[in-house]
Amino acid sequence: MNPFSTHAPRSLRGVIWMAVAVVVAASCLAVASLLPEGNLLHASAFVVSLAGKYLSYAMLALAVDLVWGFAGILTLGHAAFFALGGYAMGMYLMREIGARGVYGNADLPDFMIFLSWKSLPWYWWGSEHFIWAAVLVVAVPGLLAGVFGWLAFRSRVSGVYLSIITQALTYALMLAFFQNGLGFGGNNGLTDFKDILGADLHAPHTRAVLLVVTGVLLAASLLAARFVVGGRFGNLLVAVRDAESRTRFLGYRPEQAKLLVWVFSAMIAGVGGALYVTQVGIINPGEFAPANSIESVIWVAVGGRGTLCGAVLGAILVNMGKTLFTAWLPEFWLYGLGLLFICTTLFLPNGLMGLWRHARKPPPEEVTPEVADTQGDEA
Amino acid sequence: MHRVRTTCLLAALWLGAMLLPGHGARADAFADLASPQLGAVTAAISTLAASPDPQAGAALQALGERSLFAAPDGNVYIRHGENYVEARTGQPAASVPEGMKPIRLNNRIRAALAGVQAGRDLLASQPATRLRAADALYARHDPAMLPAVEHALAVEKDAAVRTRLTEVRAATILGQPPAPDALASRLEAVRALGGVGGAQARGILAGVAASDAEAPAVRHEAQQAVSRIDWHLRAWGVAQNAFYGLSYGSVLLLAATGLAITFGVMGVINMAHGEMMMIGAYVTWMVQQAIRATVPALEPVAILVAIPVAFGVCGALGIVIERGLIRFLYGRPLETLLATWGLSLILQQAVRSIFGPTNIAVQTPGWLSGAVAVGGMDITLNRLAILVFAGLVLGGLMLVLRHTPLGLQMRAVTQNRRMAALMGIRTPRVDALAFGLGAGLAGLAGVAVSQIDNVSPNLGQSYIIDSFMVVVFGGVGNLWGTLAAALALGMGGKVLEPTIGAVSAKIAILVLVILYIQRHPRGMFPVRGRGVES
Repeated sequence: MNPFSTHAPRSLRGVIWMAVAVVVAASCLAVASLLPEGNLLHASAFVVSLAGKYLSYAMLALAVDLVWGFAGILTLGHAAFFALGGYAMGMYLMREIGARGVYGNADLPDFMIFLSWKSLPWYWWGSEHFIWAAVLVVAVPGLLAGVFGWLAFRSRVSGVYLSIITQALTYALMLAFFQNGLGFGGNNGLTDFKDILGADLHAPHTRAVLLVVTGVLLAASLLAARFVVGGRFGNLLVAVRDAESRTRFLGYRPEQAKLLVWVFSAMIAGVGGALYVTQVGIINPGEFAPANSIESVIWVAVGGRGTLCGAVLGAILVNMGKTLFTAWLPEFWLYGLGLLFICTTLFLPNGLMGLWRHARKPPPEEVTPEVADTQGDEA
Repeated sequence: MHRVRTTCLLAALWLGAMLLPGHGARADAFADLASPQLGAVTAAISTLAASPDPQAGAALQALGERSLFAAPDGNVYIRHGENYVEARTGQPAASVPEGMKPIRLNNRIRAALAGVQAGRDLLASQPATRLRAADALYARHDPAMLPAVEHALAVEKDAAVRTRLTEVRAATILGQPPAPDALASRLEAVRALGGVGGAQARGILAGVAASDAEAPAVRHEAQQAVSRIDWHLRAWGVAQNAFYGLSYGSVLLLAATGLAITFGVMGVINMAHGEMMMIGAYVTWMVQQAIRATVPALEPVAILVAIPVAFGVCGALGIVIERGLIRFLYGRPLETLLATWGLSLILQQAVRSIFGPTNIAVQTPGWLSGAVAVGGMDITLNRLAILVFAGLVLGGLMLVLRHTPLGLQMRAVTQNRRMAALMGIRTPRVDALAFGLGAGLAGLAGVAVSQIDNVSPNLGQSYIIDSFMVVVFGGVGNLWGTLAAALALGMGGKVLEPTIGAVSAKIAILVLVILYIQRHPRGMFPVRGRGVES
């Protein structure tokens, strides 16, 4: 019945390898981008920002994998946490522009002057400090996830119901951020950034450093995620995923375990969003679109649910595919993405990582008999 | 007899106009038509309208038709084809002067001309024309028109027109500056207008109530009339909002019933449901095109033909999807969700490739367009039709579920799949048919939506989240729940809309549903039974 092995495939070695690979790849690309233009190995600014984007998405995928792969919560709204982290960083970058904006106001961002606002709204206070922005990047998604998760898990909303209300959450946020009155630039979002910590965002050196930072943070998140799901807590999560009622009857508190991993996952997504904004240079309400969240789920499914490494791999591969497809055959990208969804769920339930493991050694015979009707837990 | 009295009246008007300061002889009125000052132009129009001179009428008509020209020497000419006629005399122009310019029309001039026309129409032979003229005068309530209105009232025989004219007279009287000797007539006018009601009467009365020059008794009466009208307007506003809410709720209901059926029976959310609606709307368009090409006489009823066709096409497509995709994912509802999402992307792109990414124009037949006014609210016919259609679909679906073998089997599978299977029900067949039924219902929703919304490949996306909300809010496996949820969400949104705006209302509804689900995780009408998890 259950396509996922009860032994969570989360070997420490694999995760360490993946973390090292990510950091090394990011560093190599960063160095290559600093080589002189004529050099054969030179990487253009476009490639660097593209790589930064992939790695930020990989953090989102990692966050989705934590909750979907290990706690069985199919989130259709994780892009909301990603975008909130992005907006938190975007606020700081907006303030860094200072008096260099079109209207030359040192305190107010351009769009506020355009709306003839007189002063900063209270939630923009302190946004000129990088430290405060960094706190907001994890605190805002964490807080929202905490409140939402506490309400949802406490009343045992699960399965498809939970998926749909996560989607409703991100949809509601998207509508709200489209409003000019909310104070986040409405339709256009936050953009036209100039500096980060005094360094020019468009300079090759800054870009290279940002790419390396993204790689390091992704690797750190991977290791942290491995730390959270390894050991007893990870076993508890997997138990909740596979048979929540039974776990509860054994005396555990599934809602607490779920809440913890849910909040942690939202924070990782928030950091991913912050890194995304610095390298892509814009954040707008479109990032909240429900379709983005669902796309991030497919990255995890392609890479392999519940494997951590698979999520990173899936995010990078699918987004590479998207870049290539939309450049060569823009008409066919949606066909490709749609087929990816269908084929992965039908033929590759364990994703690429499952394929890899299968190739290395044939799966052991199913020894754990499935006694309970898992349908009851998932429906 | 009429003619004589009219002429006398118009002569009196003309005399009055002559005596107004700043406007001398009638001859100048022609020249004033070309004046750059708007006030002078409108005054000239009033003067000419009151004039018995046939040339005046011709000049005004020419002005309305933009064939009145001004020459630099101050003369005004009417153009007939290639020739020019002097407006004042009616003589053909000896030589066409240089630098002639057409006299421009703007809204104020148009309004003045319309008033003149209405004054003339008050004496027309058709009661309908007179009524329309009275309506136009009521909207303008120009004090200058009072004599014309009084005269028309004296000769009017038709009861409906008389009533309207009395109201017009009341409005016109109140439009004049208050005079101490007119207390009784003004009081009467206030009462008459208070009985008429409506935003226009309210505006006039509020002006009277706020005016310092008015007698206290009149002001008091006007004040009361205003509050009475306000109460009426508010009541009708609520009724109008309720209708909008019902109408939106019925659209939601149509979109969500199919979803509720598949979710109830199979426990899966069909993310491609919105695309089924979109295909239903495209089928409507294709049926319209086909009927136009083959039997144009049947075009008005093409939409009725489209209903069964859309149901059949979408239903068949649904069965194909279930057999070809969903059945491989039994027991894995979350994976089904992802797979159907992938399918929705493919369907969207396929429709985009075939029909293009832009909106297509689905015709609304004549018998479905327009609106009827019920008291103070407008009922648009297409929305009313959708309301009725949604009711019929829901009723039909209830009959199917209650009184057919398929309905019995579907209800059995919804309540306890295993037990149903043990009783000999072929659950895979029920699944396939239920999915087909759900998709067919989405097709019907598509037909309905094509009448009120843009039809483009993205149509499904805009309805899917709202439909989900309806399904989870209402609870699974109970059509009454779906009905209640659809109406509650539709009404709730429209009730909140006037106070906090459309988008905020939508956000508020989403948040409220999210919070509601926390209290009642299985919706308003949960299925109870042993098959359902605790």
